[in-house]
Amino acid sequence: MSTIVPFGPQHPVLPEPIQLRLALDDERIVSVLPVVGYVHRGLEKLAEQKDFVQDSYLVERVCGICSFMHSMSYCMGIEEMMEITVPERANYLRVVWAELHRIHSHLLALGLLADAFGFENLFMQLWRTRERIMDAMEYTTGGRVMLNACCIGGVRRDINDEQKAFVLNQLKEAEAELKRLIPVMTDDYSVKKRLVGIGILDKAAAYAAGAVGPTARGSGHAMDHRTTGYIAYKNLDFEPVVETSCDSYARTLVRCREVYQSIDLVRQALDKMPDTEIKVAYKGKPCGEVAIRCEQPRGEVLYYLKGNGTDHLDRMRVRTPTFANIPALMTMLNGSQLADVGMIVLSVDPCISCTER
Amino acid sequence: MTKATAKSPWVVHVNCNSCNGCDIEFLACLTPMYDAERFGVVHIGSPKHADIMVVTGSVNHRNARVLRNLYEQMPGPKVVVAMGICPATGGIFADCYNVLGGVDKVIPVDVYVPGCPPRPEAMLDGILEGAAILAQKQQNTPTVKPVMKLKIVKPAPAPAPAEAPAAAGATGEQAVAK
Ligand code: SF4
Repeated sequence: MSTIVPFGPQHPVLPEPIQLRLALDDERIVSVLPVVGYVHRGLEKLAEQKDFVQDSYLVERVCGICSFMHSMSYCMGIEEMMEITVPERANYLRVVWAELHRIHSHLLALGLLADAFGFENLFMQLWRTRERIMDAMEYTTGGRVMLNACCIGGVRRDINDEQKAFVLNQLKEAEAELKRLIPVMTDDYSVKKRLVGIGILDKAAAYAAGAVGPTARGSGHAMDHRTTGYIAYKNLDFEPVVETSCDSYARTLVRCREVYQSIDLVRQALDKMPDTEIKVAYKGKPCGEVAIRCEQPRGEVLYYLKGNGTDHLDRMRVRTPTFANIPALMTMLNGSQLADVGMIVLSVDPCISCTER
Repeated sequence: MTKATAKSPWVVHVNCNSCNGCDIEFLACLTPMYDAERFGVVHIGSPKHADIMVVTGSVNHRNARVLRNLYEQMPGPKVVVAMGICPATGGIFADCYNVLGGVDKVIPVDVYVPGCPPRPEAMLDGILEGAAILAQKQQNTPTVKPVMKLKIVKPAPAPAPAEAPAAAGATGEQAVAK
């Protein structure tokens, strides 16, 4: 006879409402049942009611953390459907904002993890550094969270020399601060006690569960959709970050190293940016079907769009990274201790609001 | 008591149906750049310890009951601050089939902070406004009289050293009985 313990929907370590019904045998978890629906809004249906230009602002609200990447994926889909060629400079600008988003999202996730295992000082310091990235985004687009900078056919804002210098300076300062903070996250004795060997997801299990993003890369799969070279990634130099210890610590390490990688990518993109238009005009209405994939901070997102030649799309479907990671999360939780549940859940960096849309 | 609570309100954060934009901005309020703690604002995990409830996102069929539950668990007097345009009207999601509308459909709201998402400065303003309302509500709440009053009984002047312990014991019992 096992005891059922509800974890969530309102729980101090969970920033978002999801319920995990944990069946316990003593302190050990024997089975997990995720209960969702607390954040379901019905955004996919709403996207059919609004027209396809408004949708690019609507999809930013799928998730406030990777907002720019959602609108970018959507715009890439529509552009493919309507055969619009985006100017090169816009592609580089998209990389800049997408990578800034990845830095702020990873710092946020690392901070929340630190808060969950009770290291409040580290949480505060990581978020202080994150504010530098928020400032860089605000200085270049005007928004801190919702950038609204991506539109069909390009981007709405350009980065001039002064803004470029500001962004580079913020990155330099942030990197110097992170050089002091990240070692605490990766080498501290008490942090390691909470993360090493916790939430094991071995390589085969990660593949079987269909894990994506840092969860898959922490289990030894070099799966990074950016290597396929969409937008301007084909011209930039980077390697996917892979760790092989398959536990919560490995996933944390992947995020720590990706922060540096993204800082480097922003620098490269700002450096190689050609001087062209940032936006092209387009004619007509989207017609046809397209599926498009992008690498977000939490993994790969899939957008499926179907147009019928009118203002309104027939169907928009989003498969978000956390949705793909929930089976992997259940594999990790099975057999672990109740006290580690918070750590394991946050090591996947769940984003419930985009899972449920 | 009134003064102390208004100067250090404890805040619980409830995520209803939000897109995370408002949540991360609220968390940013607590961190060193905006530092809500300089106004005494303490972020707390349990609604049973909280004076102010910060709600982000609108209500849907499923979380309305959760929100109601959490609100009822808070001790009174309590204040609700709605962060963002979602908890005010439903915002961009107002037309969605699963959105009932603003949180005022389920619980009374005292302060609305508009914006999608509002800036952290505006959020801080909202919380401080909430703290002022909390102080007012506390003044209007009739203070509960203590149920039992202790009566201070002066020890009788000891007439003789032999009787002293017995007399002290008697007065002690009397005080407890009263
Ligand atoms: S108000 Fe805007 S940012 Fe806030 S939860 Fe609603 S949609 Fe997201």
